[in-house]
Amino acid sequence: MEWIQQLVNGISLGSIYALIALGYTMVYGIIKLINFAHGDVFMLGAFIGFYAIARWDIGFFPALIISMVLCAIIGVIIERVAYKRLRNATRIAALITAIGVSLLIEYTVIFFRGASPEAYPEVLPKTYIDIFGVSISSISILILAVTVVLMILLQFIVHKTKIGKAMRAVSLDPDAARLMGINVDNTISATFAIGSALAGAAGVIFGVYYTRIEPLMGVLPGLKAFIAAVFGGIGSIPGAMVGGLSLGVVETVVSALGFSLWRDAAAFVILILILILKPSGIFGKNTREKV
Amino acid sequence: MLKVNNIDVFYGNIHALKDVSLEVNEGEIVTLIGANGAGKSTLLKTLSGLLKPKKGEVLYQSQQIGGKAAQTIVKNGISHVPEGRRVFSTMSVEENLELGAYLRHDRDGVKKDMANVYDLFPILGERRKQPSGTLSGGEQQMLAMGRALMAKPKLLLLDEPSMGLAPLIVKRIFEIIKMVNEQGTTVLLVEQNANMALSIANRAYVIETGKIVLSGTAKELQESEQVKAAYLGGL
Repeated sequence: MEWIQQLVNGISLGSIYALIALGYTMVYGIIKLINFAHGDVFMLGAFIGFYAIARWDIGFFPALIISMVLCAIIGVIIERVAYKRLRNATRIAALITAIGVSLLIEYTVIFFRGASPEAYPEVLPKTYIDIFGVSISSISILILAVTVVLMILLQFIVHKTKIGKAMRAVSLDPDAARLMGINVDNTISATFAIGSALAGAAGVIFGVYYTRIEPLMGVLPGLKAFIAAVFGGIGSIPGAMVGGLSLGVVETVVSALGFSLWRDAAAFVILILILILKPSGIFGKNTREKV
Repeated sequence: MLKVNNIDVFYGNIHALKDVSLEVNEGEIVTLIGANGAGKSTLLKTLSGLLKPKKGEVLYQSQQIGGKAAQTIVKNGISHVPEGRRVFSTMSVEENLELGAYLRHDRDGVKKDMANVYDLFPILGERRKQPSGTLSGGEQQMLAMGRALMAKPKLLLLDEPSMGLAPLIVKRIFEIIKMVNEQGTTVLLVEQNANMALSIANRAYVIETGKIVLSGTAKELQESEQVKAAYLGGL
């Protein structure tokens, strides 16, 4: 029975990774940039949610939405200010810029509020629900439900709406997309907005679930979400979901087996293995270089 | 309808078009023939807004469009079928056509035009749900043309529609170009297959290393010794 408990914990952690990984993978899909500042958007999301709940005394869902909206705006600003002008630069220049943006966000937050951690207020009633003799916290179930809803929403946006189709078209062939009359700049911004909103949601969920947030909290989950995205096949949306969930489960299982100190290492072992065995990831396509 | 006046275009550091002028009148099929690397695609890319002219003007319906954003130009009624078709390979045939109508908001009109495209290219109708990357070269060319038609263009720019296709398919494609033209769309056709292009065109230009070297009616060029020697395989 304890195993089921661990599985639930793993899925909860994994859904947070998955939400962050989606932003990584979407941005990579459209401009081939690993946006290392993405983990920090997740951190900002957690803090926005925290201040919204603590200062204005609002509930979980309004805080979630505020955080998603503000993170979307922040994501667009980051893209417009830092990455847009590098669109024709070498990839390494954009990558270094992303790391720079990441550090800038982290230390700006520390500059304004210090590095001390913050305890997330309890916005959700903590009850335990008995399912087949396993007691599962209501928060885990809610988190899972929110994640599933957001993922369904994302699938809907990407596959059924005009902006989603434009996003896919731009990621496949930006020049051909231009010839359709698609505004490539706006489409890229929309991608950043959606990815960052998901990271913001993940931040609030993380705060509520783990109750402790701090300005550098985005670094490790950010890296792990990146691993999850690579594991699932970078650029693939279902891949990010599956990659995130599997990584969460693997980490919890490693801890449950008594190797909790090896938890973080497990993620990196997965990264090394995937890069050796199947660099394109589980859902990755074999990309052919265009001639 | 379209008037290009003395444009200079650079492709990176390469001076790809030098002082090029040409004109397309409403209702015509005009063809631009020339060898690989002569600047044909560069010219089309400049007309559709992917490249910006360094000098000169591009007038479309007496409006300056040179250097405008691609989406503005599409909105004004110029659609470009790029070289190598460039269909969105993982997206279905239908989604590709929908993207062609990206700037339109008249749902019923779009639906009707999609039906028209399926009439024009029945094979696309049969493969509506198939990812376009699984289509054959000829089918992809039809899809690229259908996609461009979905924008309801007044002027259609076609870049090497015959490239890499079997002769029979090329013939079919050219019949369709003629049909599209007869239905009221003006066509600017870029081709290496000079024979085919001249057989359906009203007028033609010959481009060599970035310069227009010859122009006239299609008939004149078909009979020109210079063109025969260089492009029509005659001796």
